[in-house]
Amino acid sequence: MNSTQLNYEVVTNLIPENARVLDLGCGDGTLFSKLIAEKKITGVGVEINQDEVIKALDKGVSVIQGDIDEGLKQFPDGSFDYAILNQTLQSTEKPDLVVDEMLRVAKKAVVSFPNFAYWKVRFYLFFKGKMPKSKALPYEWYNTPNIHLMTVNDFFEFCKNRNIKILKSVYLTKNKARSGILVRAITNFFSEEVVFVVSK
Amino acid sequence: MGIMENSVGIVETKYFKFDEEIVLESKKTLQNIQVAYETYGTLNSAGDNAILVCHALTADAHAAGYHSENDRKPGWWETMIGPGKAFDTDKFFVISSNILGGCKGTTGPSSINPKTGKPYGHQFPVITIEDIVKVQKKLVDFLGVKKMIVVGGSMGGMQAMEWSIKFPENVKTTIIIASTARLSAQAIAFNAVGRNAIITDKFFNNGDYYDKENTPDYGLAIARMVGHITYLCEEAMHSKFGRDFKDKPNFDFGVDFQVESYLEYQGRIFVDRFDANSYLYITKAIDYYDPASKFGTLENAFKQSNSRFLIICFNSDWLFSTEQSKEMVSALISAGKEVSFVELKSPCGHDAFLIEHENQTKIIKSFLKKDEP
Repeated sequence: MNSTQLNYEVVTNLIPENARVLDLGCGDGTLFSKLIAEKKITGVGVEINQDEVIKALDKGVSVIQGDIDEGLKQFPDGSFDYAILNQTLQSTEKPDLVVDEMLRVAKKAVVSFPNFAYWKVRFYLFFKGKMPKSKALPYEWYNTPNIHLMTVNDFFEFCKNRNIKILKSVYLTKNKARSGILVRAITNFFSEEVVFVVSK
Repeated sequence: MGIMENSVGIVETKYFKFDEEIVLESKKTLQNIQVAYETYGTLNSAGDNAILVCHALTADAHAAGYHSENDRKPGWWETMIGPGKAFDTDKFFVISSNILGGCKGTTGPSSINPKTGKPYGHQFPVITIEDIVKVQKKLVDFLGVKKMIVVGGSMGGMQAMEWSIKFPENVKTTIIIASTARLSAQAIAFNAVGRNAIITDKFFNNGDYYDKENTPDYGLAIARMVGHITYLCEEAMHSKFGRDFKDKPNFDFGVDFQVESYLEYQGRIFVDRFDANSYLYITKAIDYYDPASKFGTLENAFKQSNSRFLIICFNSDWLFSTEQSKEMVSALISAGKEVSFVELKSPCGHDAFLIEHENQTKIIKSFLKKDEP
């Protein structure tokens, strides 16, 4: 199982059956169709890239072409059980606004991102003195879409300041997923990627 | 011109008549209605592989194929309907009919009023999108269709929407292209100018001009010119015509600029194929359409439906704007309906829905996979 498959597995496990789901940045609809098949969910994906939209439609996924950064205006308050933002928060222009909007349109939000405090990332920066690159962060500094990289600790602080409750957390390393039982400092050091379920 | 390989080929417009009286939204009635229609492909035994194509303001039942070997032009949506195309006639049974109030074979103001033996003229009752759909329903039932996909662009999108709301038992999928759930004040204003041009034409004669030597061609041509301004966008006009002169400035009020020449031509050819009264009645039906006012909110209107939806709009279309499409998307989500939405990039304005067939085909084909028999 590669890291993307693991991520999909983790997210799928977090979504209850028959939930109404909004998948932001749904890409070609792979995760969404997995959720339909395994959890019988309903709902819609949002994707900006038209070729990806067509691929998602091809899989039978309902998809709305749109830019997450322009807000979720067309989605009425509380129209979903879950809003998912998978591996995308760090590449949004206004992550704070996006999370606010997610929790306006959905009761709960699933957010995942690469952890910039992962020990390999730290060592890369420490020893090479260059912007870290890895499987999770494959870009150069000048062409990366990841304009708002953050750490597990940053996200905890972000949620605390905004009165957002963290309901569940899953830490991903080396193709393994652990639920949030570890000491946070250790988690911040050893997790390559994190998945949170949050609510207001 | 030879017939293209992936065309439905030679087709024929057929006529369906029914005696039953139709009670219109205005509470007035119409009898002895005739509907001009064409079909392409084969209806399956379950009657559930049909696609109803709803046309815009001035089109007709001839949506695809050719009427004869020597036909110069195919039907108006030839690029989208045919074997292997967006509306694949190898898989689906496609129906296209001329709308009530039109002048292309379906009962309209130019038809003979059975009560008087003369054309209806101004005695034709004002009709609505709902009335148009009610007449289409008679045709669809006659053809033996049980479940279908309904699609339309512009005013055709309004019909598709109305179908999903009024006859939810028949509509499993709705595709609304370059349309809106209600016209903007600006769009109504343009229609009003067009109607005024017709009504004030000296040959209009209160709509009773069918037995006269002169008909309100001038007013109808102006209405069409106004229409064409709204179907293009600034960018399209600029790239098509710029400020080019036909020849050189004449220092008079004749046709100087290329854009004037284009509008004049469009107006002139239109009067040969369209009836001024039909233009009045159909634009009024478009202006009146507003399911939100009937059901309280657009969300409530869509709650009536059992369909899934695809909404397509074009970024340069200011007549039926992206914002208006997003309003529909929003209402559909509130109503808990399955909805997909795509905004296509095009420099063609409102006309794009008839021109940009490549991207529409990709999207619609993928979307319709679920409905393939």
